[in-house]
Amino acid sequence: MLPHDLKPEQFNGYPPEARKLVTDYLGTLQRLPLSFLPSLLREVVEYDFEFPAERKALEKELANLRALSTEQVKNWFQEFAQIRISPKLERLDWVNAPGQFVEQLAAHLWTTHQVDAFRKAALDYADRLRGAVPPEPPPVPRLGITVIGKGVAIYDEPLFRKLRPHGACFSRVKPEDGLKLLLDAVAARAKAHPVPYGHWYIDGGQEAEHDPALTCISYQALEPARAALLRKMRAEIGRPGMGPEALRTLLAQMRPADLGLGNAGDTVLDRFQVKLLTEGSGTQIFSTTFAQWTAREALRRAQPLTLLVRFAPRQRQKPMNELLSASEDHAELDSIGSLIDADMGAYYNWLNQQRLPGAEQSSFLVWFESHSEALAIGPSMPRGTESTTVVDLRELLSWMV
Amino acid sequence: MTFILLPTTSRDRLAADIASTPQERARQLAFSRREFLRTAAGVALGRTLLGGHIARAGTAPKKRKVVVITFGGGARDQETFAPEGQENIPHLMRELIPQSSFFTQVVNRGILGHYVATASLATGVYETINNFSSLPPEHPTVFEYFRKDLKRPASDAWVVAPSNGFNRIGESNHRAYGSGLGARVILPKHLLTAATSGGSDYEHLLRDNYETPFYAPELGGSEFALQQLETMLKLSVDDFKAHALTLSSPDELSVYIARRLMRQFAPSLLWITLHDIDIAHAGAYSLYIEGIRRTDRLCADLWKAVQSEPEYAGKTTLFILPDFGRDSDDDSGGNGFQHHRTGDALSRTTWMMALGPGIREGVVFDRPMEPTDLVPTLGSMLGFSPSLAQGKPIPELL
Repeated sequence: MLPHDLKPEQFNGYPPEARKLVTDYLGTLQRLPLSFLPSLLREVVEYDFEFPAERKALEKELANLRALSTEQVKNWFQEFAQIRISPKLERLDWVNAPGQFVEQLAAHLWTTHQVDAFRKAALDYADRLRGAVPPEPPPVPRLGITVIGKGVAIYDEPLFRKLRPHGACFSRVKPEDGLKLLLDAVAARAKAHPVPYGHWYIDGGQEAEHDPALTCISYQALEPARAALLRKMRAEIGRPGMGPEALRTLLAQMRPADLGLGNAGDTVLDRFQVKLLTEGSGTQIFSTTFAQWTAREALRRAQPLTLLVRFAPRQRQKPMNELLSASEDHAELDSIGSLIDADMGAYYNWLNQQRLPGAEQSSFLVWFESHSEALAIGPSMPRGTESTTVVDLRELLSWMV
Repeated sequence: MTFILLPTTSRDRLAADIASTPQERARQLAFSRREFLRTAAGVALGRTLLGGHIARAGTAPKKRKVVVITFGGGARDQETFAPEGQENIPHLMRELIPQSSFFTQVVNRGILGHYVATASLATGVYETINNFSSLPPEHPTVFEYFRKDLKRPASDAWVVAPSNGFNRIGESNHRAYGSGLGARVILPKHLLTAATSGGSDYEHLLRDNYETPFYAPELGGSEFALQQLETMLKLSVDDFKAHALTLSSPDELSVYIARRLMRQFAPSLLWITLHDIDIAHAGAYSLYIEGIRRTDRLCADLWKAVQSEPEYAGKTTLFILPDFGRDSDDDSGGNGFQHHRTGDALSRTTWMMALGPGIREGVVFDRPMEPTDLVPTLGSMLGFSPSLAQGKPIPELL
């Protein structure tokens, strides 16, 4: 089936708001090439469970597509139209399973050496869309905070190496009550600028006490869901015919209830958490990976005004000889390795924040928990500098925003 | 507030960042790589270049041996050849690069999955087989060309591979080659499973690959694996287990097996695929760096083994090359070092070094080449005709 054959009843399996959206724009969707449309439908089918920022972006994209003339559609999608799609792909149920179609399309593109052409088409489309529908600046400049090194008493290697050129390094920060000061500052922003899913606190371990105005996700709180997921995956892997692709499909179909989530009454956040565990590689095993990936996805999807990420020690990767010697099986933590992971994670958090609208006004703080080192980036912070001023974190934040 | 200005340089920004096309990005990446090498290994490079030393050994093709080391899971320049990464590869920088011809721009235009990319390296054709299925390459492998053309026995070509999914890498299903003409493949993790009779404690260790960490194709033949140990490697199960207990990673086990093969069979064509770096897929940066450091050390160990084994010393060419790179931090479609999914220039552009008699030392070549050029180059070196390979012999090595 091709897009111009689409009919409203084919979307009966979509959640209610997504169904209404797609019905409203059916004529628009019929004009799009098959190499593009399922990627869009993959977002549409999730519309009921998307964050406000995502919903708004999708609505604007669809409205823009509807406003294009026939000639413009031809122009915008010329490169996509040149992508060769196999008959086998055309026969897939890409309306009801757009995610699976996109996975198989990716394999097809690699196999037929069309990945570069598709990549260029996608980048060109994104550029055009940004030009036609410029992203809205945030109502208040964004603030990102990353706390690294929980549990590390001494670390002599230089930290923040990738971030130093972009900000000011402080070496005499007062560490007392640091996390509380930061959480209070984040809560104050949440109250001053109450935006749904606008202010986040992500913890790679056990979450600290925090204001309920914050959207909070923690590795510890998801422990039962992680364990349930690993159990299910192990059970499925043992079944005949189960391979990596089938497993990915199965994971993509998982719902909050499958992992024991869904009791808190926030379907959007529940769905988000399931995706963190089923789509993120390593998020089920390493808390540092979990914290970094959660921050990436929160920034990309929810576009928060405030994001505090606290990394915690992950489990230690045992070397082969220890595994073979079958020593006591107690979970050990790797604090130093986790600090190195988190230092890189802080850099990625900053990079991902800077990809959002309003980047030139955004600020970012990274702090070595319980220690005196921090680095601040923002319009008011001179780049590539060091300061020996004695300062607490509240004061430092006040200089930044 | 008082601020002290730090010295800042642009050295940690790849010129590739401002390039506009993939080709231009690859060229600039290669240029940066060359400049990094020139700066870090300048004395050795300069001296050798000025001297114009070409160490032709004149080894007859019949006696010549080749060892190929590939990495399944590339490493980016910022963690290796760039100034901030050089601390992770001291052996490559100080010991191997000064002795090698180094190619800065090896562009992989195929599928960026480890099995299919390694199969492409071994056939000289961009294979399109399913990366996660246990399938043979569709085109003849270097081992088949080598053995058929030169009438070499099975014991003269070996592959040491990281995971069960690589068990078909030694032999294609091509009609004119295939059955009985390929390399013997040894899977150290499979050996370990057989020797230890499995066990849940090892599940983490024995996982097949890091791209699909929860899935490992089942392989039968534990009895055959144990026979390999005892009859071919002359290693008792107990000795093997005892030695494994002294090693920290599967790649160390692979290198141990490779050294054992060199001692027992002295194969003329030995292909070793390392995989520890690919732990990067789990997203823990420190483990990725550990993998790079270990791989650096193991490459140097293998080169030392080549020089210390009488069957290899003075007549062996060593090739080291990652199968491809990893995603750039700058591509929002990826997640930095973790994967190789974007198909951007950084994930496609890797490097290769060659060292041994007849190879010019301390020379850097910037021109673009492809991983499929390896098999035709080996053909020219060893005297066989890889007639179906797509690549071209690398003249700088011949």
